[in-house]
Amino acid sequence: MAKYETPLLDQLESGPWPSFVSDIKQEAAARAANPKGLDYQIPVDAPEDLLGVMELSYRDKETHWKHGGIVGVFGYGGGVIGRYCDQPEMFPGVAHFHTIRVAQPAGKYYSTKFLRDLCDIWDLRGSGITNMHGSTGDIVLLGTQTVQLEEIFHELTHKMNVDLGGSGSNLRTPEACLGQSRCEFACYNTQDMCYQLTMDYQDELHRPAFPYKFKFKFDGCPNGCVCAMARSDFAVVGTWKDDIKIDQEKVKAYVAGEIAPNAGAHAGRDWGKFDIEKEVVGRCPTQCMKWDGSKLSIKTADCVRCMHCINTMPQALRIGDERGASILVGAKAPVVDGAQMGSLLVPFISCEAPYDEVKEVIEKIWDWWMEEGKNRERVGETMKRLSFQKLLEVTDTPPMPCHVSTPRTNPFIFFKEDEVPGGWQRDLADYRKRHQR
Amino acid sequence: MADDKDIVIEFLKSKSAAKSKFYFNDFTALFPDKGPREVKKILTKLVNEEVLEFWSSGSTTMYGLKGAGKQSAAEGEN
Repeated sequence: MAKYETPLLDQLESGPWPSFVSDIKQEAAARAANPKGLDYQIPVDAPEDLLGVMELSYRDKETHWKHGGIVGVFGYGGGVIGRYCDQPEMFPGVAHFHTIRVAQPAGKYYSTKFLRDLCDIWDLRGSGITNMHGSTGDIVLLGTQTVQLEEIFHELTHKMNVDLGGSGSNLRTPEACLGQSRCEFACYNTQDMCYQLTMDYQDELHRPAFPYKFKFKFDGCPNGCVCAMARSDFAVVGTWKDDIKIDQEKVKAYVAGEIAPNAGAHAGRDWGKFDIEKEVVGRCPTQCMKWDGSKLSIKTADCVRCMHCINTMPQALRIGDERGASILVGAKAPVVDGAQMGSLLVPFISCEAPYDEVKEVIEKIWDWWMEEGKNRERVGETMKRLSFQKLLEVTDTPPMPCHVSTPRTNPFIFFKEDEVPGGWQRDLADYRKRHQR
Repeated sequence: MADDKDIVIEFLKSKSAAKSKFYFNDFTALFPDKGPREVKKILTKLVNEEVLEFWSSGSTTMYGLKGAGKQSAAEGEN
């Protein structure tokens, strides 16, 4: 028997999708039954009270969670987010319901033992409710009380050899695609770079000194499986400099229908015979491809690495051999100024361990943003406020045509105002004296 | 370093009537000759000595004197 009537939440279970409401109900029932005979360290009915407070919020159309607080583990400025309910008498099980973020392994490779151990800790010392994974990629443990924090932290770090994730004005938990472990398109070892930078920037992860959050993400290729260029302040996206490698025999096999396009994806429906002109050449955003009936050619100088042709004919086309990454800076979600995609800063950078070249760029950006950034200002907003040109200057990056979306329309990026006689201002009346309309 | 720590503590005490939590930037302003990384070291030391403590909303972190402002006990936690 449920503790509260939850008609509004129940409606969320009626759709065809998996429902978090069903999951929480399942956890509530499991905690009530307590098959392992655990000595629960926080109220057994926390999941039920969570449903209760959510139902109230849905009814009132306002939140009943207070914002933040002083909770954390000793010496860490992030990883724990204080949450208090503003109706503690009504819902005592979630009166204190703090969130713990745990760093996910690179590429999210888990052993079942790791997951079981994690759940064992959380069943005993937390609500048992998790979010796998939060938007930044961390393992999110939802709902515990302050006295449990140090215990949980000790067990995570000593027994499971895993650290807390990032929150607050910190470097957030870095995230990588599974990269070369499984993907032939990966242009560099994303998991290794993610791990190395996580280890190297421990201080930035745990001791907040930034104006606001800062996120790294590492995509092995422009397919962008972790969406680095949309979701991170500093996106490292794999790319290559030389030609896409073409196996002409395999191209012919695709055209002849001997190999399924897209590696057999989209096979649930008959899309008709594979048409290389329509499905590959005609889809190239820069029209850099040609098919003469027996030979496919690509003009590399015009290729923008959109990956469409490689994705469609993976056996015939392969990424080039001169590999590295592009760095894009300033993506963010729409809190201030609206959402922004990353802007290309470094078109090509070497990605060899120990990644000193990448770290040099990161640290120059941090130095600038820590000095100039306003409170609660993402680096993308600082860039917008102080100009992209300023970012080029502080990172010692020479301006080049690929820094502007349409070269020739904005030549000002190449010049500084004080280097141009008269600056950006001119006396129009004086100009008109000498030039008729 | 001891003097630097005193500057931070004095600043926090002088503002204690109005505010109990401060952004990192508020402290860099106290040390115009020092870079943010040096200021961070001073604050980290004070946190480790349990003189300061962090306050976090989840998205933003602030620093305050330990015990100042609303504490977890005031939220009904013991």
